[in-house]
Amino acid sequence: MTDKKTLIKVERLKKYFDTPSGNLHAVDDVSFSIKKGETLGVVGESGCGKSTLGRTILRLHEPTDGNVWFDGLDLGQVGKTEMKNLRRKMQIIFQDPFASLNPRMTVGQTIAESLLIQKLYKPRDKKNLEKRISDLMEMVGIAPRLINSYPHELDGGRRQRVGIARVIALNPQFIVCDEPVSALDVSIQAQVLNLMQDLQEKFGFTYLFITHDLSVVKHLSTDILVMYLGKMVEKAPADSLFENPLHPYTQALLSAIPVPDPDFQVKRVLLEGELISPINPKPGCRFAQRCPMADEACRREEIPLVEIKPKHFVACLKLAKI
Amino acid sequence: MDEAFLRVRNLTVHYKTDDGTVQALNQVSLEVREGETLGLVGETGAGKTTLARSIMRLIPSPPGKIVEGSVFLENRDLLRLNELEMLKVRGKSVSMIFQDPMTSLNPILTVGDQIEEVISVHNPQLSKDQLKNKAREMLELVGISSDRINEYPHQFSGGMKQRVIIAISLACNPKLLIADEPTTALDVTIQAQILEMIGKLKEQTNAAMLLITHDLGVVAQNCDRVAVIYAGEIVETGTIQQIFKNPQHPYTIGLLESIPSLAKKVKRLNPIAGMMPDPTDLPVGCKFNPRCKLSVESCFQRIPPLKDLGNGHAVRCFLRDKD
Amino acid sequence: MSETTKVRSLGGETWRRFKKNRLALIGMVFLLIMILTALITIAIDITTHNSFYNNHVIKQNLRLRLKGPSREHIFGLDEFGRDILLRMIWGIRYSLFMGTIAIAMSAVIGGVLGALSGYHGKITDNFIMRFMDILLAIPSMLLATAIVAALGTSLVNLLIAIAISYIPTFARTVRASVLTIKDQEFIEAARALGAGDGRIIFKYIIPNSLAPLIVQATLGVAGAILSIAGLSFLGLGIQPPTPEWGSMLSNARTYIRQGWHITVIPGLGIMLNILALNVMGDGLRDALDPHLKN
Repeated sequence: MTDKKTLIKVERLKKYFDTPSGNLHAVDDVSFSIKKGETLGVVGESGCGKSTLGRTILRLHEPTDGNVWFDGLDLGQVGKTEMKNLRRKMQIIFQDPFASLNPRMTVGQTIAESLLIQKLYKPRDKKNLEKRISDLMEMVGIAPRLINSYPHELDGGRRQRVGIARVIALNPQFIVCDEPVSALDVSIQAQVLNLMQDLQEKFGFTYLFITHDLSVVKHLSTDILVMYLGKMVEKAPADSLFENPLHPYTQALLSAIPVPDPDFQVKRVLLEGELISPINPKPGCRFAQRCPMADEACRREEIPLVEIKPKHFVACLKLAKI
Repeated sequence: MDEAFLRVRNLTVHYKTDDGTVQALNQVSLEVREGETLGLVGETGAGKTTLARSIMRLIPSPPGKIVEGSVFLENRDLLRLNELEMLKVRGKSVSMIFQDPMTSLNPILTVGDQIEEVISVHNPQLSKDQLKNKAREMLELVGISSDRINEYPHQFSGGMKQRVIIAISLACNPKLLIADEPTTALDVTIQAQILEMIGKLKEQTNAAMLLITHDLGVVAQNCDRVAVIYAGEIVETGTIQQIFKNPQHPYTIGLLESIPSLAKKVKRLNPIAGMMPDPTDLPVGCKFNPRCKLSVESCFQRIPPLKDLGNGHAVRCFLRDKD
Repeated sequence: MSETTKVRSLGGETWRRFKKNRLALIGMVFLLIMILTALITIAIDITTHNSFYNNHVIKQNLRLRLKGPSREHIFGLDEFGRDILLRMIWGIRYSLFMGTIAIAMSAVIGGVLGALSGYHGKITDNFIMRFMDILLAIPSMLLATAIVAALGTSLVNLLIAIAISYIPTFARTVRASVLTIKDQEFIEAARALGAGDGRIIFKYIIPNSLAPLIVQATLGVAGAILSIAGLSFLGLGIQPPTPEWGSMLSNARTYIRQGWHITVIPGLGIMLNILALNVMGDGLRDALDPHLKN
């Protein structure tokens, strides 16, 4: 089809958690693939399993079922030491730039950790290590004089830049970005998004960009995947999804975003009710409870993901029948 | 034009910390007219919450101190009231909705008890049954079935909790509602529900509202007028049409350009350079000068005055001051 | 933030907050003076080959027994005519240093056990913590008494007894803080970088759980001093004529009617030391607690 190689392939991935109140289906039967240098945006509200998805792909959680291939390699078949080496190639940027940095390590030490854990530099090789650290700091836009600062002395934007520096230090190929800007102020958010975009162009990173904010992923993503309570409800190329959202949930999600334009009149699809928890889910569409179009069949049958238009997949009975 | 209903004049608030004095608010003036919603927009640390708390007189002191200024609600200066008189104002004339619905309810009291409490404080003559009925009425008003009156906060989801909090804050028919980031902790679909509901209730009760948020989208969809606050100073005020269609201050323009747009196609965002200044060490002159692309010499010498551009549009910038 | 950003280490920040607590600072100065004095006495003993100790500290002078405070002996003389001031000064090392050593031992052992059980959870956790529960079920004084009685009375056995009786407290403290730290994102970040268990425990978890351990240890030393004094008082600790405060107090109580000073002075000494340790411990807790920042 295209000359680009598929870097990440996820097939029927499931992750269930045992909780005191039952079996929580955090990620339920999710499949997709990402080509090298592209970005897949994963969008959904809190509790839809988007963060668990990212962590399960990276094997920070063991999947309950399903497969993940990285560059043709089945991660389920990979041993412990091989996995440690693979970590160099697949990395994660976290949401909360405060909680994700060790409060007892300076900026320099934090970035050095990446390089030392993966044995890219020797601890004794101080000179080259320090050179690399200050290069990285410059690359992500932190003044090198902050090398001995502790996280609590930095503001959110700078902290997130440290989190990014620590990741790109390894020259990874694939980066899971778990809400990397949602804790930041708007003006800083835009700076960090631009930085991530620049780095992608420069190094050819492949991103899995997890967010609750559709507008953030719009201009970054090649494809967008919408999740609801662990299930994929819609997957499409970014433009196609924004121009023509098909699933009622995607429509509601899009119309709920407040647009910074007083003349913009939205026909709000206001949803009734709230997210239920994905513990011991009933069969049928998980969105049926809040869906304005739902009927008996929606609550009974499993809903298949159907390609309605080229590359535009939707899991909705109502649409499949049309 | 209507008489201003809440008038904040030259409010200056400082916090004393180990690192020095934080000038949280500097000569802030704003007005909220009857029945209107004023959006207060700014980033973290701009002084939004301090302003809200100052109006309610909830600034923790020490370290906080209201250095000067006045807060007139109708014809009374709230800053001159004694603590006892202020108790009667809070919850009755002015009430507040906080950001985090998870922690602003008391976990060991039922939601009914918590609604009844605020009513009984301001209406001690009501009987127990009357209180209960009123509480049921409030729950129904915010879209919660009154059967749930005896449930505890942990039995409610985040959005439902925020509804309960709104029920509590509206229970005494306040004339002014201060909502401090009321939907920041909620998901977008829930945010849409809550904002829609607040809007409806406001119309019913004809209360004025000060809506504090960092989200320009929320302002555009829910407010009549906007005040943009940066580093403790109001940099621009106007109607939403004026601010969104014809922004004058470089900071307002920068903020609007930082938001990824759903409607337009953009390759790259155009953010404001740099960071918020250190609040203990604010720049001389215009607070925005280190980040401003257009700054001229006088920006580094004096604080620009808030210049009236007519029709209620005012901006604090020398570039608009020339003519 | 601008060029003037004040770069401050975590230690520096803790000290800045600690300094603000006047009482804790006084406690710390008092303890520093005690430690210095104890070190001087040790130096004197070494340079004089214990002759000063033998001729003055434990030298009996029965003619002057129970003499009250005077200009030559400001704290007076004890039941064998020994100078109480000198004995108090020579006794510091037993209380303070032994208390510290005992607590250091139990902090290390308890800390490791707590870290293991918090980090690994499940069976390890259950096994270690149930064992700690058993130790906790026995009153610590009784436990120490039993251990000393079984092993025989000696300085080392006393240390071991006290160390063992304090292990559960440390194990619990460390376990609790490990449990909260281990779920934080920076641990997950380290794991995503490929860090192994050892590195995560030693570079991430331990440095972050040290604060409550330090506070607990400071307060623990006070308890240990009391235990040493108590066991010595019961005759199970340090034996006469060694000038340990607890045994001084114990021996003096027979003469409480003849000379009040010989009981009051060692009693006051123990009390002041413990008070100093406690106020310093409280100060440290406030200074190290990140929730109280600013």
